[in-house]
Amino acid sequence: MRKLKAKIMDAVGLERTLTRLSHEIIEKNKGAGNLVIVGIKTRGAIIAQRITKRIEEIEQTKLNIGLLDITLYRDDLLGKLEQPEFKGTDIIFSIAGKDVILVDDVLFTGRTIRAALDELIDLGRPNTIQLAVLIDRGHRQLPVKADFVGKNVPTSIDESIRVHLKETDGHDEVLLMHPETQA
Amino acid sequence: MPLESRHLLGLQGMSQPDIQLILDTAISFREVLERPIKKVPPLQGKTIANMFFENSTRTRFSFELAERRLSADVLGFQASGTSVAKGETLKDTARNIEAMKVDMVVMRHSASGAPHYLSQVINANVINAGDGSHEHPTQALLDMYTIREKLGKLDGLHVCIVGDIAHSRVARSNIYGLKTMGAKVSVCGPATLMPRGIEKLGVDVYHHIDDIIPHVDVLNVLRIQLERDAGRLFPTIREFHNYYGITRQRLERSPKPITIMHPGPINRDVEISADVADSEHSVILQQVLNGVAIRMAVLYLLATRN
Amino acid sequence: MRLLLKGGRVIDPVTVRDESLDLLLIDGKIEKLGRTLTSTSVEVIDLKGKIIAPGFIDMHVHLREPGFEHKETILTGCTAAAAGGFTAVCCMPNTNPPIDDESVVRFIQNKAKVALSGLVDVYPIAAVTQGRKGEHLAPLAELSAAGVVAFSDDGDPVFDAELMRRALEYAAMYKRPIIQHAQDLPMTKGGVMNEGFTSTELGLAGMPPIAEDVMVSRDIALTDYTGAQYHVAHMSTAGATELVRRAKARGLNVTSEATPHHFTLTDDAVRSYDTNTKMNPPLRTREDIEAVRKGLQDGTIDVIATDHAPHSYDEKQVEFQAAPFGIVGLETAIGLSVTELVQKGVLSFYQLVEKFSVNPRRILHLPQIQIEEGEPANLTIFDPLAEWTVDPSTFKSKSKNTPFSGFRLTGRSVGVINNGQVYWS
Repeated sequence: MRKLKAKIMDAVGLERTLTRLSHEIIEKNKGAGNLVIVGIKTRGAIIAQRITKRIEEIEQTKLNIGLLDITLYRDDLLGKLEQPEFKGTDIIFSIAGKDVILVDDVLFTGRTIRAALDELIDLGRPNTIQLAVLIDRGHRQLPVKADFVGKNVPTSIDESIRVHLKETDGHDEVLLMHPETQA
Repeated sequence: MPLESRHLLGLQGMSQPDIQLILDTAISFREVLERPIKKVPPLQGKTIANMFFENSTRTRFSFELAERRLSADVLGFQASGTSVAKGETLKDTARNIEAMKVDMVVMRHSASGAPHYLSQVINANVINAGDGSHEHPTQALLDMYTIREKLGKLDGLHVCIVGDIAHSRVARSNIYGLKTMGAKVSVCGPATLMPRGIEKLGVDVYHHIDDIIPHVDVLNVLRIQLERDAGRLFPTIREFHNYYGITRQRLERSPKPITIMHPGPINRDVEISADVADSEHSVILQQVLNGVAIRMAVLYLLATRN
Repeated sequence: MRLLLKGGRVIDPVTVRDESLDLLLIDGKIEKLGRTLTSTSVEVIDLKGKIIAPGFIDMHVHLREPGFEHKETILTGCTAAAAGGFTAVCCMPNTNPPIDDESVVRFIQNKAKVALSGLVDVYPIAAVTQGRKGEHLAPLAELSAAGVVAFSDDGDPVFDAELMRRALEYAAMYKRPIIQHAQDLPMTKGGVMNEGFTSTELGLAGMPPIAEDVMVSRDIALTDYTGAQYHVAHMSTAGATELVRRAKARGLNVTSEATPHHFTLTDDAVRSYDTNTKMNPPLRTREDIEAVRKGLQDGTIDVIATDHAPHSYDEKQVEFQAAPFGIVGLETAIGLSVTELVQKGVLSFYQLVEKFSVNPRRILHLPQIQIEEGEPANLTIFDPLAEWTVDPSTFKSKSKNTPFSGFRLTGRSVGVINNGQVYWS
């Protein structure tokens, strides 16, 4: 059992953060003309969809969005998990020459991003890959840095971040949880 | 939920959720097969031995492709005959290969039950790539995958398996798998090619192909072993074709289109006419493509089952 | 030898005895028989609760020597027989060279005489045809003169009807039965188990029960025509049992035997692909088991014989279809028979003794054993209530190929006495 330590974002705050991230992405890339958005399953994919929608509204354009299942590229695939399910990557367009905005919910050790980068490279040679995350909680184990950060949240290693989204959890909020205690 | 067994020996007794998991995972792997680089890394560091004690180019290629696309290291082994004829027992062969630190063994063997036996004497995961007249689970899984892809479901469909049921591992695995997934299964062929008590597996038995064609959604047409069966189990190839061959003329008597399957290799104009094999309702080549995805799914799920 | 066997239940169908008696054995003979015997300077053995019967004979055993000594030898086979409660065995001729010549008979007889100092009598059964090839008659007269008790090409049938007819006619001149491994050959070609629903599920080639029935049917017709003596080996089907029942009712000299595995296990046991469930004839269905039990009960089946068929560990450690047919049986016969037949009300102990001792000797024209003063002591002593678990590693047989490993059985041999020798299990 984990107990709540702090609410980091409520629904309104989360919306505002995603709007800001969308603007930053457009600003940095001088528009959305060469952008494609790729979300990492499961919650990164939802955030990617929301960011895509905002960018499309702001720029009055349509963007390609893809969903990445990095299971096959995990470095802990053969061992830790009981039976890792592979639900499939869904990127039906070419990423070659594109500026790929890779989206995830929480940036932590950097291992997920490493896996996502490897998979993206196997799918084609993009012009750039930029990383957008909702929360950066530190504790990197690999040299990974996000280009766009919703919020930096200093945490201890055994705390956890919970991102709840309407699409999967019924409501929007981001919570910081205490370390696990014995029930 | 992980797969119930660490081996894939057959579909008899395999649970509905396990079959579902394999079929669903295969959908994900179909996407990988469409990529410019059709290779993914999950089985990196795993070594798989393909032990084929019976000739089968296509099944061996399909497994090998699936293994390589999952980045496994692959050992090939082709022999013929039983262990006694070879002079080395199956157990010794298997143990030697295992001593080289092989993680998984894919085995094709002419003896029913050989993979079952192998799974008892070695520690590696064993995948049955066809044993005697017993089971060919990955073929049935790819058949089910192909039917679901074409018709959107398995539950409630009527599949008829046509030909030499008695000697067919494809028939048995399909019967077990399809029944578990809620399909209705019939078998059709001359009485001499029906194994005793087959109806106890919950299938309807037909001897006249025209009686069953109007009722089915799918015909899975088995290969006739010309050299073995003709003259003893049925009179002539010509008579077999006339009475059981799937022809356009026969299919036209059905009120609805029928999906045509065949595990290959085809004897054209024996069990199936050439135009039917090449028609728009034939999914024979999709079966081949789907075979790679199914085998990737099976290998992946067994390798990552901890 | 000076032994006083106290308080055992003596069952002897020949002298029509079933009562508690003491036996005083001196120098291989039954010196005295009585209700309460006492004697000085003898070893006294308390056999309260045990059954003393005329020595059991297993008329269907493969001793494998000469030629297959890695499976069994005459010595190890005789030891297994003694341990299992038998004082005699008949050995089948599928050796290498086969028993189709007087010299092989002599070889076996000489070996048997010295094995366990002659404790177990070994009666060779010779081949019907030269080399067991089913083409030319073996020298049946010479073989009879050498002491062969019956003829059989066991492992294979005598398939040629004309040859079978002549074999029956010829053997009858010497009062020897033809023992037939009854099986139509084309119907069973490639078969490795009973044909039925289980073989369909397992994808293993089947041997249909009718393959046995048609051969028994043909042979009965030949026996009728020739007036000869015919014995069905290891009868396993309901159909064959009924055919033999009718032949006996018509007064033909037709007899039959059944094995413990055929009245115990069904082809369901093959589901494990355990090669120790592979034998010929194969394990059949529940209906066949019931028919065999009925046949044992009403006398259609005269004899319980084991078809003891040892194979080495390595030979059985192969794919099911590549494995040789056969299982060992000498050391589980009494346990399975008591557990499956006596305890289930199929046979009384008295009938069991007939099936194991009296009837096979009658069929083979061997002198009957009598538990009577002045007679040689040829005895099987078994505990009808002993409960035990089958552990193949304790078998005296050189081979351990049994499907009964781990079975809980009731009834076990205590010891055997024959030719002045004593063996306690």
